[in-house]
Amino acid sequence: MAEYITITTPVSRTMLQPLACGQQVRLNGILYTARDQAHRRMAQLLAGKKKLPFSLENQIIYYCGPNPAPAGRAVGACGPTTSGRMDAFTPALLSAGMAAMVGKGERSAAVIAAIRRHRAVYFATYSGCGALLSQHVQAVRLVCFGDLGTEAVYAFAVRDFPLIVAVDARGGNIYEQAGQA
Amino acid sequence: MRVIAARTVRDAVERLVLEANTRLRPDVRAALQTAAAREKKKIGRAMLHAVAENARVAARERLAICQDTGLPVVFAEIGHRVAVAEPLVELIKRAAAAAYRRYFFRASIQPDPLRREKKMSYFPGVVHIDIVRGERLRLWLLPKGFGCENKSQLRMFNPTAPLAEVENFIVESVRSAGASACPPFVVGVGIGGTQDCAALLAKKSLLRRLNVRNRDQWLAGLEERLLRRINALGVGPFGFGGSTTALGVAVLEQPTHIAGLPVAVNISCHALRSAQAII
Repeated sequence: MAEYITITTPVSRTMLQPLACGQQVRLNGILYTARDQAHRRMAQLLAGKKKLPFSLENQIIYYCGPNPAPAGRAVGACGPTTSGRMDAFTPALLSAGMAAMVGKGERSAAVIAAIRRHRAVYFATYSGCGALLSQHVQAVRLVCFGDLGTEAVYAFAVRDFPLIVAVDARGGNIYEQAGQA
Repeated sequence: MRVIAARTVRDAVERLVLEANTRLRPDVRAALQTAAAREKKKIGRAMLHAVAENARVAARERLAICQDTGLPVVFAEIGHRVAVAEPLVELIKRAAAAAYRRYFFRASIQPDPLRREKKMSYFPGVVHIDIVRGERLRLWLLPKGFGCENKSQLRMFNPTAPLAEVENFIVESVRSAGASACPPFVVGVGIGGTQDCAALLAKKSLLRRLNVRNRDQWLAGLEERLLRRINALGVGPFGFGGSTTALGVAVLEQPTHIAGLPVAVNISCHALRSAQAII
């Protein structure tokens, strides 16, 4: 068996179902960054029955506030931020079609229930490894909320971006299993 | 009286900002290597290798080790026979902000913590000043990310609290920090003084190199015991499980009041960054 599975965005539910927590994945395609303030705005738009500036259908959100790009690079260091801070907004985004999320750390029971309901997946990536992860980002485009600076939504074109399945579509949770060594 | 030019301080701070953010401390790199050799879980070993590779990429490409380049925390020790040509705290804060901008590190400072309507800023970091004997100025810069800073804790114990209660509090602080604070951690513990002193000692203890033992034998024993208990928690690298939950525990203490026992725990992620300059 290969050490990891490769998947490409957009991700259909069919692609996500076989993934089990603990599996290593390499991602190709697009990751949309969004963290605290972008989540608050998206949740407000959805609560007001308004359209989001981009479609979440079968897309992946990456909890990340990248460093500015030094000359000649697509982006600076761009590792994951704490996912738990996005928990309050996540069920609404899953209802809007989001297929998966990338971040670090535990999720709330409500988020895990919503993940199961929508047959979505929560991935973790390498915590605190922003330099290494930036090597997997080939291009960056501003999508919306440009006034938020690092907290705006950017589309990252990624290649072989390393992920670990943290919560799978059946609710299997790597963090729950970790303590029971 | 020795007078140090503002320019000299500015240059030193700029150097520290680049070094601390792009070069993982040699003692941390060595501890990661040792941990990777000992880690019992396969996924844990794989994650420790990723951390080591990240440090290599950051140094080679002059990239930030972590995108959370933190709040720059500076500890300054100024000799009693030294004068700096400009107000030192302001000088350090301005120099750090300029260097963060110059090296493309993220502006992570929110000027208005409650209303949060202002734009992210590079200014100001945090500066702690101590006046010591001599004619040198020593600076340590510790960029502190908030994934781990958010998990720091403080408790005011009764002076009669059994030691086991204090130890349990420290170990539980680490357990509750969990995966989102980026384990394996370095755990800084500050004991004594007043509430504010304990918190400062906990932060300052992170400056001690991981390969240096506590000079107090009894405290060194306490640190080793705490480290064993923390690594038995099973949190592991990135929280995916394993025998490496912390790389080290460092305790600093100072005298306190007969009625109290302040204990602070400051958690550092595996990207424990600091650099020092002596002027």
